[in-house]
Amino acid sequence: MSRSILHRLPAGLKLTALAAAGSAVIWVSDWRVMVDLLLLVALAFPVARLGRGALVQQLRPLLPMLVVLFLAQGLMASWTEAALVIARIATLVLMAGLVTLTTRTEDLIATVERLLTPLAPLGVNPGKVSLAFSLALRFLPVIAEEAERVHEAQSARGLGNSPLALALPLIVRVLKSAEDIADAIEARSGHDDPDCPQEKPQRRARFNPLAALKTVKE
Amino acid sequence: MIRSSVGHMFPRLHGAAGSVSVPSLPAAPGIEIAEVSHRFGDTEVLRNVSVTLTERRIAIVGANGSGKSTFSRLLNGLLVPERGRVTVDGHDTANAAKAVRRKVGFVFQNPDNQIVFPTVAEDVAFGLKGQKLSADERAERVEEILARYGLEHLRDRPAHKLSGGQKQLLALAGVLITRPDYVVFDEPTTLLDLRNARMVGQVINTLAQTAIVVTHDLPLIEAFDRVLVFDQGRIIADDVPSKALSEYVRRMQ
Ligand SMILES: Nc1ncnc2c1ncn2[C@@H]1O[C@H](COP(=O)(O)OP(=O)(O)OP(=O)(O)O)[C@@H](O)[C@H]1O
Ligand SMILES: [Mg+2]
Repeated sequence: MSRSILHRLPAGLKLTALAAAGSAVIWVSDWRVMVDLLLLVALAFPVARLGRGALVQQLRPLLPMLVVLFLAQGLMASWTEAALVIARIATLVLMAGLVTLTTRTEDLIATVERLLTPLAPLGVNPGKVSLAFSLALRFLPVIAEEAERVHEAQSARGLGNSPLALALPLIVRVLKSAEDIADAIEARSGHDDPDCPQEKPQRRARFNPLAALKTVKE
Repeated sequence: MIRSSVGHMFPRLHGAAGSVSVPSLPAAPGIEIAEVSHRFGDTEVLRNVSVTLTERRIAIVGANGSGKSTFSRLLNGLLVPERGRVTVDGHDTANAAKAVRRKVGFVFQNPDNQIVFPTVAEDVAFGLKGQKLSADERAERVEEILARYGLEHLRDRPAHKLSGGQKQLLALAGVLITRPDYVVFDEPTTLLDLRNARMVGQVINTLAQTAIVVTHDLPLIEAFDRVLVFDQGRIIADDVPSKALSEYVRRMQ
């Protein structure tokens, strides 16, 4: 992988810039300006030596949602409003993608941890937040893939495009994996970790998706 | 590629000599389970189980729902029994969780759920996070373990894009980097194809650590020292593989 100028920028700078640009984008109210910004961010991909594939990959999981949103906004508000909203979301997603794709996760996480350290006296645990952050980065693509698989399975059974039919099995799977992931983290991180329950580990009732579904049905 | 690297592995012995010294309790070596019972709601999942595990290769087999996973989760304190005691080299899992976790590593069935960092090298390093090591020592440990499992060339790959076998090796590497004395596996080969299952099996069979393996994969455990057969929360056979397995097969018919 060739390293572009964006790769070499310090992670802290990129994260701060992302936060600033992300907030700024919210204030743009002209759809044409927003679309220009979107194109600008898209152009940054080749600058960062990321292919078109990377760009498409960032947006594809969102596509169904963007289409629905566009139609809903267009029909209920106006088409310019609709263009503004989806251009804004796409811009935010691409900016975030640009930062994560050009920064090693390790650096990203170390930076998050460092930025949060001043908040420790307020009860924020930087270690935990940065772990959550890395977990999100690790599992988002997995969940997206899972969603695609559930969708395929349901199309094969002729269930079509019901969002509920997609959401329910996905939620059950995600929650079930979440239990296992929590166990794995617990099993792997008991080493000199101040957060590790040193004395009594809790007797945690395990989440049982089938039982949960049954109670939902009843 | 993976196969040949397995052939070149020379697992080092960690543990005895290298293990962290702990204020000396009457250290009975091994994992002792004493009169353990456990219930989930109304179902009694373990019924007064007593057994001491000292052999280097121990397998646990039994029907679905017989309590194997529950039993395995006791061994590193992921679960504390309702009744009875579990001790690891003299440390009670109910009040020395930290010492126990350091001694006992755990590899789960689904490697997807135990890989918590986006790339291979980062994930392997996770277990070292809490240890007081310099950055150099940490990097050295990571490289050493990646090399041992033939994962060096995958260092910067996204973990979720590895093959099933590579993922399970990564999960194991992530556990072994903390140098536990025991490794518990809950169905480590169930989700793997035949070739990957064999490869992971070979790795388990050559581990320097004591391995305790819950499995339905009977060829994997042919050369083990001891096999426990579970049935409805009890150990109904405890013997060398040939004898224990024929009892298991007889029961399942
Ligand atoms: N957290 C839990 N809450 C409620 N019931 C549970 C829980 N964990 C396990 N059980 C129940 O305990 C029993 C034994 O489960 P366990 O997972 O130990 O079996 P197992 O021998 O590992 O089975 P398998 O071969 O299918 O993995 C089962 O009836 C199971 O439904
Ligand atoms: Mg099980």
